[in-house]
Amino acid sequence: MAVAGRLDGRVALVSGALRGIGHAIAQCLAADGATTIITDLDTPDSQPVIDILAAMPNARYLRLDATEEAAWQAARDAIEADHGRLDILVNNVGADLTGKVQDIDLASWRRLMTLNIDTVFLGTKTFQPMLARTGATTPYGSSIVNISSIMGLVGMGEVSAYNASKGAVRLFTKSNALEFADAGVPIRVNSVHPGFVDTPLLRKGMERWAERDGTVTAQELIAQMAETTPVKRLAQPIEIGKVVAFLASDDASYMTGSEVVVDGGWTAR
Amino acid sequence: MSNFDLTGTVALVTGASGGIGSATVQALAGAGARVIATDMAQTATVAGATDYRPLDVTDEDGWAALAAYVDATYGRLDILVNNAGISVTDAIADTSLATFRRCMQINVEGIFLGTRAMADLLAKSGADRRGGSSIINLSSVGGLAGAPFMSAYCASKGAVRLFTKCAALEYAALKQPIRVNSVHPGGIDTNMMDTIYARYVETGAFPDEETARATVSAGHALGRMGTPQEIADGIGYLAAPAASFMTGSELVIDGGMTAH
Repeated sequence: MAVAGRLDGRVALVSGALRGIGHAIAQCLAADGATTIITDLDTPDSQPVIDILAAMPNARYLRLDATEEAAWQAARDAIEADHGRLDILVNNVGADLTGKVQDIDLASWRRLMTLNIDTVFLGTKTFQPMLARTGATTPYGSSIVNISSIMGLVGMGEVSAYNASKGAVRLFTKSNALEFADAGVPIRVNSVHPGFVDTPLLRKGMERWAERDGTVTAQELIAQMAETTPVKRLAQPIEIGKVVAFLASDDASYMTGSEVVVDGGWTAR
Repeated sequence: MSNFDLTGTVALVTGASGGIGSATVQALAGAGARVIATDMAQTATVAGATDYRPLDVTDEDGWAALAAYVDATYGRLDILVNNAGISVTDAIADTSLATFRRCMQINVEGIFLGTRAMADLLAKSGADRRGGSSIINLSSVGGLAGAPFMSAYCASKGAVRLFTKCAALEYAALKQPIRVNSVHPGGIDTNMMDTIYARYVETGAFPDEETARATVSAGHALGRMGTPQEIADGIGYLAAPAASFMTGSELVIDGGMTAH
Protein backbone atom coordinates (compact mmCIF):
# COMPACT_ATOMS: atom_id res chain seq x y z
CA MET A 1 0.00 0.00 0.00
CA ALA A 2 1.27 3.37 -0.94
CA VAL A 3 1.93 5.82 1.85
CA ALA A 4 0.78 9.00 0.16
CA GLY A 5 2.99 12.00 0.82
CA ARG A 6 5.82 10.01 2.42
CA LEU A 7 8.17 11.03 -0.39
CA ASP A 8 6.72 14.47 -1.21
CA GLY A 9 9.44 16.83 -2.40
CA ARG A 10 11.94 14.02 -2.92
CA VAL A 11 13.57 13.24 -6.26
CA ALA A 12 14.33 9.62 -7.18
CA LEU A 13 16.17 7.89 -10.02
CA VAL A 14 15.53 4.26 -10.94
CA SER A 15 17.72 2.47 -13.50
CA GLY A 16 16.19 -0.15 -15.79
CA ALA A 17 12.75 1.20 -14.93
CA LEU A 18 10.63 0.65 -18.04
CA ARG A 19 9.80 -2.96 -17.27
CA GLY A 20 9.42 -5.55 -14.56
CA ILE A 21 10.71 -4.79 -11.07
CA GLY A 22 12.18 -1.41 -12.06
CA HIS A 23 8.85 -0.24 -13.41
CA ALA A 24 7.06 -1.34 -10.24
CA ILE A 25 9.66 0.44 -8.09
CA ALA A 26 9.13 3.66 -10.05
CA GLN A 27 5.36 3.31 -9.63
CA CYS A 28 5.68 2.88 -5.86
CA LEU A 29 8.07 5.81 -5.43
CA ALA A 30 5.84 8.03 -7.54
CA ALA A 31 2.73 6.89 -5.64
CA ASP A 32 4.39 7.95 -2.38
CA GLY A 33 5.01 11.41 -3.84
CA ALA A 34 8.55 11.38 -5.26
CA THR A 35 9.41 13.06 -8.53
CA THR A 36 10.60 9.90 -10.24
CA ILE A 37 13.17 9.79 -13.00
CA ILE A 38 12.73 6.64 -15.03
CA THR A 39 15.83 5.56 -16.93
CA ASP A 40 16.32 2.79 -19.45
CA LEU A 41 17.77 2.13 -22.90
CA ASP A 42 14.69 2.98 -25.00
CA THR A 43 14.55 6.26 -26.88
CA PRO A 44 12.32 8.95 -25.33
CA ASP A 45 9.84 8.79 -28.23
CA SER A 46 9.29 5.01 -27.95
CA GLN A 47 5.84 3.66 -27.08
CA PRO A 48 6.72 2.17 -23.66
CA VAL A 49 8.07 5.55 -22.54
CA ILE A 50 5.00 7.42 -23.82
CA ASP A 51 2.67 4.94 -22.09
CA ILE A 52 4.45 5.09 -18.73
CA LEU A 53 4.72 8.88 -18.65
CA ALA A 54 1.00 9.13 -19.50
CA ALA A 55 0.21 6.94 -16.47
CA MET A 56 2.61 8.68 -14.06
CA PRO A 57 2.22 12.47 -13.94
CA ASN A 58 5.18 13.03 -11.56
CA ALA A 59 7.61 10.95 -13.60
CA ARG A 60 10.06 11.92 -16.29
CA TYR A 61 12.23 9.86 -18.57
CA LEU A 62 15.96 9.99 -19.22
CA ARG A 63 17.68 7.63 -21.64
CA LEU A 64 20.61 6.07 -19.75
CA ASP A 65 22.98 3.27 -20.69
CA ALA A 66 23.97 2.39 -17.12
CA THR A 67 27.16 0.67 -18.28
CA GLU A 68 28.59 3.97 -19.60
CA GLU A 69 30.26 6.31 -17.13
CA ALA A 70 29.78 9.33 -19.44
CA ALA A 71 26.05 8.56 -19.68
CA TRP A 72 25.75 8.61 -15.87
CA GLN A 73 27.57 11.93 -15.76
CA ALA A 74 25.23 13.37 -18.40
CA ALA A 75 22.21 12.17 -16.38
CA ARG A 76 23.67 13.79 -13.26
CA ASP A 77 24.15 17.10 -15.07
CA ALA A 78 20.59 17.00 -16.43
CA ILE A 79 19.10 16.25 -12.99
CA GLU A 80 21.26 18.94 -11.37
CA ALA A 81 20.02 21.48 -13.90
CA ASP A 82 16.34 20.47 -13.76
CA HIS A 83 15.84 19.48 -10.11
CA GLY A 84 18.98 20.55 -8.23
CA ARG A 85 18.77 17.47 -5.99
CA LEU A 86 18.59 13.68 -5.77
CA ASP A 87 17.26 11.94 -2.64
CA ILE A 88 16.87 8.37 -3.82
CA LEU A 89 18.95 6.23 -6.18
CA VAL A 90 17.70 2.75 -7.04
CA ASN A 91 20.32 0.67 -8.84
CA ASN A 92 17.95 -1.82 -10.39
CA VAL A 93 19.31 -2.46 -13.87
CA GLY A 94 20.54 -5.99 -14.41
CA ALA A 95 20.46 -9.10 -16.53
CA ASP A 96 20.56 -12.84 -16.03
CA LEU A 97 22.82 -15.55 -17.36
CA THR A 98 22.43 -19.27 -16.78
CA GLY A 99 24.40 -22.26 -17.98
CA LYS A 100 27.14 -24.57 -16.85
CA VAL A 101 30.50 -23.03 -15.93
CA GLN A 102 32.00 -25.09 -18.76
CA ASP A 103 29.73 -23.43 -21.30
CA ILE A 104 30.04 -19.76 -20.30
CA ASP A 105 32.33 -17.76 -22.56
CA LEU A 106 34.43 -14.97 -21.07
CA ALA A 107 32.68 -12.26 -23.10
CA SER A 108 29.26 -13.28 -21.67
CA TRP A 109 30.71 -13.39 -18.16
CA ARG A 110 32.16 -9.88 -18.52
CA ARG A 111 28.96 -8.51 -20.03
CA LEU A 112 26.97 -9.78 -17.04
CA MET A 113 29.43 -8.32 -14.55
CA THR A 114 29.31 -5.01 -16.41
CA LEU A 115 25.49 -4.96 -16.31
CA ASN A 116 25.00 -6.16 -12.75
CA ILE A 117 27.87 -4.67 -10.75
CA ASP A 118 29.71 -1.99 -12.77
CA THR A 119 26.35 -0.23 -13.10
CA VAL A 120 25.88 -0.14 -9.32
CA PHE A 121 29.39 1.22 -8.84
CA LEU A 122 28.99 3.88 -11.55
CA GLY A 123 25.57 5.05 -10.34
CA THR A 124 26.79 5.27 -6.75
CA LYS A 125 30.01 7.04 -7.62
CA THR A 126 28.43 9.55 -9.99
CA PHE A 127 25.53 10.53 -7.73
CA GLN A 128 27.25 10.36 -4.33
CA PRO A 129 28.06 14.10 -4.11
CA MET A 130 24.51 15.12 -5.08
CA LEU A 131 22.92 12.54 -2.75
CA ALA A 132 25.19 13.70 0.09
CA ARG A 133 24.34 17.35 -0.45
CA THR A 134 20.62 16.61 -0.69
CA GLY A 135 20.74 14.28 2.32
CA ALA A 136 22.10 17.08 4.48
CA THR A 137 18.82 18.98 3.93
CA THR A 138 16.41 16.18 4.93
CA PRO A 139 15.78 14.74 8.42
CA TYR A 140 17.31 11.29 7.82
CA GLY A 141 19.44 11.68 4.70
CA SER A 142 19.39 10.20 1.23
CA SER A 143 18.90 6.57 0.31
CA ILE A 144 20.56 4.22 -2.16
CA VAL A 145 18.81 0.92 -2.78
CA ASN A 146 20.71 -1.77 -4.71
CA ILE A 147 18.77 -4.67 -6.16
CA SER A 148 20.61 -7.91 -5.44
CA SER A 149 18.76 -11.24 -5.35
CA ILE A 150 18.32 -14.37 -3.24
CA MET A 151 21.03 -15.54 -5.65
CA GLY A 152 23.32 -13.08 -3.85
CA LEU A 153 22.72 -15.04 -0.61
CA VAL A 154 22.72 -18.69 -1.65
CA GLY A 155 24.13 -20.58 -4.61
CA MET A 156 22.34 -22.55 -7.30
CA GLY A 157 23.79 -24.85 -9.95
CA GLU A 158 24.18 -23.39 -13.45
CA VAL A 159 23.74 -19.86 -12.11
CA SER A 160 27.41 -19.13 -11.34
CA ALA A 161 27.89 -15.81 -13.13
CA TYR A 162 24.60 -14.39 -11.84
CA ASN A 163 25.39 -15.71 -8.34
CA ALA A 164 28.79 -14.04 -8.43
CA SER A 165 27.43 -10.72 -9.67
CA LYS A 166 24.66 -10.55 -7.05
CA GLY A 167 27.05 -11.58 -4.27
CA ALA A 168 29.17 -8.63 -5.36
CA VAL A 169 26.18 -6.27 -5.10
CA ARG A 170 25.46 -7.48 -1.55
CA LEU A 171 28.97 -6.74 -0.27
CA PHE A 172 29.47 -3.54 -2.30
CA THR A 173 26.35 -2.30 -0.53
CA LYS A 174 27.70 -3.07 2.94
CA SER A 175 31.06 -1.42 2.25
CA ASN A 176 29.32 1.70 0.94
CA ALA A 177 27.07 1.88 3.99
CA LEU A 178 30.05 1.75 6.34
CA GLU A 179 32.14 4.13 4.25
CA PHE A 180 29.44 6.79 4.24
CA ALA A 181 28.54 6.26 7.91
CA ASP A 182 32.20 6.53 8.97
CA ALA A 183 32.65 9.76 7.03
CA GLY A 184 29.38 11.26 8.31
CA VAL A 185 27.96 11.34 4.77
CA PRO A 186 24.14 11.34 5.07
CA ILE A 187 23.41 8.49 2.67
CA ARG A 188 21.92 5.18 3.77
CA VAL A 189 22.69 2.19 1.52
CA ASN A 190 20.78 -1.10 1.57
CA SER A 191 20.29 -4.11 -0.69
CA VAL A 192 17.04 -5.85 -1.60
CA HIS A 193 17.01 -9.58 -2.36
CA PRO A 194 13.95 -10.62 -4.35
CA GLY A 195 13.07 -14.26 -4.81
CA PHE A 196 11.32 -15.39 -7.98
CA VAL A 197 9.37 -12.47 -9.42
CA ASP A 198 6.97 -12.69 -12.33
CA THR A 199 8.82 -10.45 -14.82
CA PRO A 200 9.67 -10.50 -18.53
CA LEU A 201 13.33 -11.12 -17.50
CA LEU A 202 12.37 -14.26 -15.55
CA ARG A 203 10.17 -15.59 -18.35
CA LYS A 204 12.84 -15.00 -21.00
CA GLY A 205 15.47 -16.61 -18.78
CA MET A 206 13.31 -19.69 -18.28
CA GLU A 207 12.63 -19.91 -22.02
CA ARG A 208 16.38 -19.98 -22.65
CA TRP A 209 16.85 -22.57 -19.89
CA ALA A 210 14.08 -24.77 -21.37
CA GLU A 211 15.55 -24.45 -24.85
CA ARG A 212 18.96 -25.54 -23.61
CA ASP A 213 17.59 -28.36 -21.47
CA GLY A 214 15.20 -29.76 -24.08
CA THR A 215 13.24 -31.92 -21.61
CA VAL A 216 11.22 -29.27 -19.84
CA THR A 217 9.13 -26.24 -20.86
CA ALA A 218 9.46 -22.70 -19.52
CA GLN A 219 5.94 -23.00 -18.07
CA GLU A 220 6.96 -26.12 -16.15
CA LEU A 221 10.08 -24.43 -14.83
CA ILE A 222 8.05 -21.44 -13.63
CA ALA A 223 5.51 -23.79 -12.03
CA GLN A 224 8.40 -25.57 -10.26
CA MET A 225 9.64 -22.23 -8.92
CA ALA A 226 6.23 -21.45 -7.49
CA GLU A 227 5.95 -24.97 -6.06
CA THR A 228 9.34 -24.78 -4.30
CA THR A 229 8.55 -21.39 -2.76
CA PRO A 230 6.97 -21.72 0.71
CA VAL A 231 4.12 -19.37 -0.19
CA LYS A 232 3.58 -21.41 -3.40
CA ARG A 233 3.57 -18.51 -5.84
CA LEU A 234 5.86 -16.07 -7.61
CA ALA A 235 6.05 -12.47 -6.44
CA GLN A 236 4.41 -9.68 -8.35
CA PRO A 237 6.87 -6.84 -9.17
CA ILE A 238 4.85 -4.40 -7.06
CA GLU A 239 5.66 -6.51 -3.96
CA ILE A 240 9.33 -5.62 -4.47
CA GLY A 241 8.53 -2.01 -5.32
CA LYS A 242 6.75 -1.48 -2.00
CA VAL A 243 9.79 -2.64 -0.05
CA VAL A 244 12.09 -0.36 -2.04
CA ALA A 245 9.79 2.61 -1.39
CA PHE A 246 10.01 1.86 2.34
CA LEU A 247 13.83 1.76 2.24
CA ALA A 248 13.84 5.00 0.25
CA SER A 249 11.70 6.75 2.86
CA ASP A 250 12.42 8.19 6.30
CA ASP A 251 10.51 5.21 7.73
CA ALA A 252 13.78 3.28 7.23
CA SER A 253 15.88 5.98 8.91
CA TYR A 254 17.95 3.56 11.03
CA MET A 255 18.59 1.08 8.23
CA THR A 256 21.94 1.06 6.47
CA GLY A 257 24.10 -1.82 5.27
CA SER A 258 21.08 -4.13 5.62
CA GLU A 259 19.89 -6.84 3.29
CA VAL A 260 16.14 -7.07 2.91
CA VAL A 261 14.99 -10.47 1.67
CA VAL A 262 11.67 -10.52 -0.20
CA ASP A 263 11.32 -14.12 -1.28
CA GLY A 264 8.12 -15.72 -0.01
CA GLY A 265 10.20 -17.74 2.45
CA TRP A 266 12.52 -19.32 -0.12
CA THR A 267 15.77 -18.82 1.83
CA ALA A 268 14.13 -19.24 5.26
CA ARG A 269 14.61 -23.01 5.05
CA MET B 1 46.76 -43.43 5.60
CA SER B 2 45.97 -40.22 7.41
CA ASN B 3 42.88 -38.32 6.33
CA PHE B 4 45.12 -35.30 5.96
CA ASP B 5 47.69 -37.00 3.73
CA LEU B 6 48.06 -35.66 0.17
CA THR B 7 50.61 -38.17 -1.11
CA GLY B 8 50.13 -38.87 -4.82
CA THR B 9 48.15 -35.69 -5.48
CA VAL B 10 48.98 -32.76 -7.74
CA ALA B 11 48.02 -29.26 -6.63
CA LEU B 12 48.11 -25.89 -8.36
CA VAL B 13 48.30 -22.62 -6.42
CA THR B 14 47.88 -19.21 -8.08
CA GLY B 15 49.50 -16.10 -6.65
CA ALA B 16 52.01 -18.46 -5.05
CA SER B 17 54.72 -15.87 -4.40
CA GLY B 18 52.58 -13.88 -1.96
CA GLY B 19 52.13 -14.41 1.76
CA ILE B 20 49.18 -16.80 1.87
CA GLY B 21 50.11 -18.34 -1.50
CA SER B 22 53.64 -19.32 -0.51
CA ALA B 23 52.49 -20.65 2.87
CA THR B 24 49.87 -22.72 1.04
CA VAL B 25 52.48 -24.24 -1.28
CA GLN B 26 54.52 -25.30 1.76
CA ALA B 27 51.50 -26.69 3.62
CA LEU B 28 50.32 -28.78 0.64
CA ALA B 29 53.86 -29.96 -0.13
CA GLY B 30 54.34 -30.80 3.54
CA ALA B 31 51.28 -33.06 3.36
CA GLY B 32 52.76 -34.88 0.37
CA ALA B 33 51.35 -33.11 -2.68
CA ARG B 34 53.38 -32.18 -5.72
CA VAL B 35 52.67 -28.48 -6.04
CA ILE B 36 52.72 -26.35 -9.16
CA ALA B 37 53.25 -22.74 -8.08
CA THR B 38 52.11 -19.95 -10.40
CA ASP B 39 52.42 -16.19 -10.29
CA MET B 40 53.02 -13.19 -12.56
CA ALA B 41 56.84 -13.36 -12.70
CA GLN B 42 58.42 -15.26 -15.59
CA THR B 43 60.58 -17.23 -13.17
CA ALA B 44 60.48 -17.59 -9.41
CA THR B 45 61.58 -19.92 -6.67
CA VAL B 46 58.81 -20.89 -4.30
CA ALA B 47 59.88 -23.03 -1.34
CA GLY B 48 58.26 -26.45 -1.43
CA ALA B 49 57.02 -26.19 -5.01
CA THR B 50 57.75 -29.00 -7.49
CA ASP B 51 57.32 -26.68 -10.41
CA TYR B 52 56.80 -23.01 -11.21
CA ARG B 53 54.85 -21.67 -14.18
CA PRO B 54 54.16 -18.01 -14.98
CA LEU B 55 50.42 -17.28 -15.08
CA ASP B 56 48.37 -14.10 -15.32
CA VAL B 57 45.05 -15.38 -13.95
CA THR B 58 43.11 -12.96 -16.17
CA ASP B 59 44.63 -14.50 -19.33
CA GLU B 60 42.19 -17.04 -20.76
CA ASP B 61 44.77 -18.46 -23.19
CA GLY B 62 47.31 -18.70 -20.38
CA TRP B 63 44.92 -20.91 -18.41
CA ALA B 64 44.29 -23.15 -21.44
CA ALA B 65 48.03 -23.55 -22.02
CA LEU B 66 48.60 -24.31 -18.34
CA ALA B 67 45.85 -26.96 -18.32
CA ALA B 68 47.46 -28.63 -21.34
CA TYR B 69 50.85 -28.47 -19.63
CA VAL B 70 49.56 -29.98 -16.37
CA ASP B 71 47.81 -32.76 -18.24
CA ALA B 72 50.89 -33.55 -20.35
CA THR B 73 53.38 -33.34 -17.47
CA TYR B 74 51.43 -34.77 -14.53
CA GLY B 75 48.35 -36.37 -16.11
CA ARG B 76 46.18 -35.17 -13.25
CA LEU B 77 45.14 -32.28 -11.01
CA ASP B 78 43.60 -32.95 -7.59
CA ILE B 79 43.70 -29.57 -5.92
CA LEU B 80 43.24 -26.07 -7.35
CA VAL B 81 43.81 -23.14 -4.99
CA ASN B 82 42.53 -19.94 -6.59
CA ASN B 83 44.54 -17.63 -4.36
CA ALA B 84 45.73 -14.81 -6.66
CA GLY B 85 44.12 -11.52 -5.77
CA ILE B 86 44.65 -7.83 -5.17
CA SER B 87 43.28 -5.30 -2.74
CA VAL B 88 41.91 -1.87 -3.56
CA THR B 89 41.70 0.68 -0.76
CA ASP B 90 39.99 3.82 -1.97
CA ALA B 91 36.94 5.90 -1.27
CA ILE B 92 34.18 5.11 -3.76
CA ALA B 93 34.44 8.69 -4.96
CA ASP B 94 38.11 8.16 -5.83
CA THR B 95 37.82 4.70 -7.40
CA SER B 96 38.14 4.79 -11.19
CA LEU B 97 36.11 2.41 -13.32
CA ALA B 98 39.38 0.94 -14.59
CA THR B 99 40.51 0.18 -11.02
CA PHE B 100 37.13 -1.33 -10.12
CA ARG B 101 37.20 -3.55 -13.20
CA ARG B 102 40.82 -4.58 -12.61
CA CYS B 103 39.89 -5.74 -9.10
CA MET B 104 36.91 -7.72 -10.38
CA GLN B 105 39.02 -9.16 -13.17
CA ILE B 106 41.83 -10.51 -11.01
CA ASN B 107 39.76 -11.51 -7.99
CA VAL B 108 36.64 -12.93 -9.66
CA GLU B 109 37.22 -13.49 -13.35
CA GLY B 110 40.51 -15.23 -12.49
CA ILE B 111 38.61 -17.77 -10.40
CA PHE B 112 35.99 -18.32 -13.09
CA LEU B 113 38.69 -18.88 -15.72
CA GLY B 114 40.72 -21.20 -13.49
CA THR B 115 37.69 -23.26 -12.53
CA ARG B 116 36.52 -23.59 -16.10
CA ALA B 117 39.97 -24.41 -17.48
CA MET B 118 40.81 -27.06 -14.87
CA ALA B 119 37.39 -28.67 -14.28
CA ASP B 120 37.86 -31.55 -16.75
CA LEU B 121 41.23 -32.48 -15.28
CA LEU B 122 39.92 -32.16 -11.71
CA ALA B 123 36.85 -34.29 -12.50
CA LYS B 124 39.01 -37.01 -14.05
CA SER B 125 41.48 -37.06 -11.13
CA GLY B 126 38.75 -36.88 -8.48
CA ALA B 127 37.15 -40.10 -9.67
CA ASP B 128 39.88 -42.29 -8.16
CA ARG B 129 40.56 -40.31 -5.01
CA ARG B 130 38.74 -40.50 -1.68
CA GLY B 131 36.84 -37.26 -1.14
CA GLY B 132 37.31 -36.31 -4.80
CA SER B 133 39.13 -33.27 -6.12
CA SER B 134 39.05 -29.94 -4.34
CA ILE B 135 38.85 -26.35 -5.50
CA ILE B 136 39.60 -23.77 -2.82
CA ASN B 137 38.77 -20.16 -3.57
CA LEU B 138 40.26 -17.37 -1.48
CA SER B 139 37.53 -14.97 -0.44
CA SER B 140 37.94 -12.85 2.71
CA VAL B 141 36.10 -11.53 5.75
CA GLY B 142 35.52 -8.73 3.22
CA GLY B 143 33.27 -11.21 1.38
CA LEU B 144 31.11 -11.63 4.50
CA ALA B 145 30.92 -8.11 5.90
CA GLY B 146 31.64 -4.67 4.50
CA ALA B 147 34.56 -2.40 5.28
CA PRO B 148 34.82 1.31 4.53
CA PHE B 149 37.13 2.32 1.67
CA MET B 150 37.16 -1.29 0.43
CA SER B 151 34.08 -1.31 -1.82
CA ALA B 152 35.67 -2.84 -4.93
CA TYR B 153 37.53 -5.43 -2.87
CA CYS B 154 34.46 -6.37 -0.81
CA ALA B 155 32.32 -6.59 -3.95
CA SER B 156 34.86 -8.91 -5.55
CA LYS B 157 35.13 -11.14 -2.48
CA GLY B 158 31.31 -11.30 -2.15
CA ALA B 159 31.29 -12.51 -5.75
CA VAL B 160 33.87 -15.20 -4.94
CA ARG B 161 31.73 -16.43 -2.04
CA LEU B 162 28.66 -16.97 -4.23
CA PHE B 163 30.53 -18.26 -7.29
CA THR B 164 31.96 -20.92 -4.98
CA LYS B 165 28.54 -22.03 -3.77
CA CYS B 166 27.18 -22.21 -7.29
CA ALA B 167 30.15 -24.21 -8.57
CA ALA B 168 29.78 -26.61 -5.61
CA LEU B 169 26.10 -27.24 -6.35
CA GLU B 170 26.67 -27.50 -10.07
CA TYR B 171 29.40 -30.15 -9.86
CA ALA B 172 27.35 -32.05 -7.27
CA ALA B 173 24.33 -31.94 -9.58
CA LEU B 174 26.47 -33.11 -12.50
CA LYS B 175 27.86 -35.95 -10.31
CA GLN B 176 31.39 -34.69 -10.91
CA PRO B 177 33.76 -35.47 -8.01
CA ILE B 178 34.88 -31.89 -7.37
CA ARG B 179 34.27 -30.19 -4.04
CA VAL B 180 34.38 -26.38 -4.04
CA ASN B 181 34.78 -24.27 -0.91
CA SER B 182 35.77 -20.71 -0.03
CA VAL B 183 38.23 -19.57 2.64
CA HIS B 184 37.70 -16.26 4.44
CA PRO B 185 40.83 -14.99 6.18
CA GLY B 186 40.72 -12.09 8.60
CA GLY B 187 43.68 -9.70 8.79
CA ILE B 188 46.80 -11.69 7.99
CA ASP B 189 50.37 -10.38 8.19
CA THR B 190 51.19 -10.21 4.48
CA ASN B 191 52.41 -7.69 1.92
CA MET B 192 48.77 -7.13 0.96
CA MET B 193 47.93 -5.95 4.47
CA ASP B 194 50.99 -3.66 4.47
CA THR B 195 49.69 -2.13 1.24
CA ILE B 196 46.25 -1.69 2.81
CA TYR B 197 47.73 0.10 5.86
CA ALA B 198 49.71 2.43 3.59
CA ARG B 199 46.59 3.19 1.55
CA TYR B 200 44.55 3.79 4.74
CA VAL B 201 47.08 6.45 5.67
CA GLU B 202 47.03 7.99 2.18
CA THR B 203 43.22 8.11 2.17
CA GLY B 204 43.25 9.78 5.58
CA ALA B 205 41.42 6.96 7.38
CA PHE B 206 44.31 6.58 9.84
CA PRO B 207 47.10 9.00 10.87
CA ASP B 208 49.88 6.42 10.44
CA GLU B 209 50.45 2.77 9.58
CA GLU B 210 51.11 1.71 13.19
CA THR B 211 47.67 3.00 14.23
CA ALA B 212 46.06 1.29 11.24
CA ARG B 213 47.69 -2.03 12.11
CA ALA B 214 46.83 -1.71 15.80
CA THR B 215 43.19 -0.95 14.96
CA VAL B 216 42.91 -3.88 12.53
CA SER B 217 44.60 -6.19 15.06
CA ALA B 218 42.18 -5.13 17.78
CA GLY B 219 39.27 -5.95 15.45
CA HIS B 220 39.99 -9.65 15.95
CA ALA B 221 38.54 -11.27 19.08
CA LEU B 222 41.96 -12.85 19.61
CA GLY B 223 43.48 -9.36 19.55
CA ARG B 224 46.16 -10.11 16.97
CA MET B 225 46.76 -10.54 13.27
CA GLY B 226 46.78 -14.01 11.75
CA THR B 227 49.77 -15.67 10.10
CA PRO B 228 49.79 -17.02 6.52
CA GLN B 229 50.45 -20.48 7.98
CA GLU B 230 47.13 -20.37 9.84
CA ILE B 231 45.29 -19.88 6.56
CA ALA B 232 47.40 -22.42 4.67
CA ASP B 233 46.55 -25.11 7.22
CA GLY B 234 42.83 -24.47 6.66
CA ILE B 235 43.39 -24.78 2.92
CA GLY B 236 45.29 -28.04 3.48
CA TYR B 237 42.30 -29.39 5.38
CA LEU B 238 39.86 -28.50 2.60
CA ALA B 239 42.20 -30.13 0.06
CA ALA B 240 42.36 -33.40 2.01
CA PRO B 241 40.06 -36.45 2.23
CA ALA B 242 39.28 -35.24 5.77
CA ALA B 243 37.00 -32.63 4.21
CA SER B 244 35.17 -35.16 2.00
CA PHE B 245 31.71 -33.96 3.16
CA MET B 246 32.49 -30.26 2.71
CA THR B 247 31.34 -28.52 -0.44
CA GLY B 248 29.81 -25.08 -0.94
CA SER B 249 31.05 -24.13 2.52
CA GLU B 250 32.77 -21.01 3.73
CA LEU B 251 35.69 -21.61 6.06
CA VAL B 252 36.18 -18.49 8.16
CA ILE B 253 39.66 -18.14 9.71
CA ASP B 254 39.54 -14.71 11.27
CA GLY B 255 40.41 -14.87 14.97
CA GLY B 256 36.78 -14.20 15.78
CA MET B 257 36.52 -10.96 13.79
CA THR B 258 33.12 -11.73 12.24
CA ALA B 259 31.77 -13.61 15.26
CA HIS B 260 30.70 -10.33 16.86
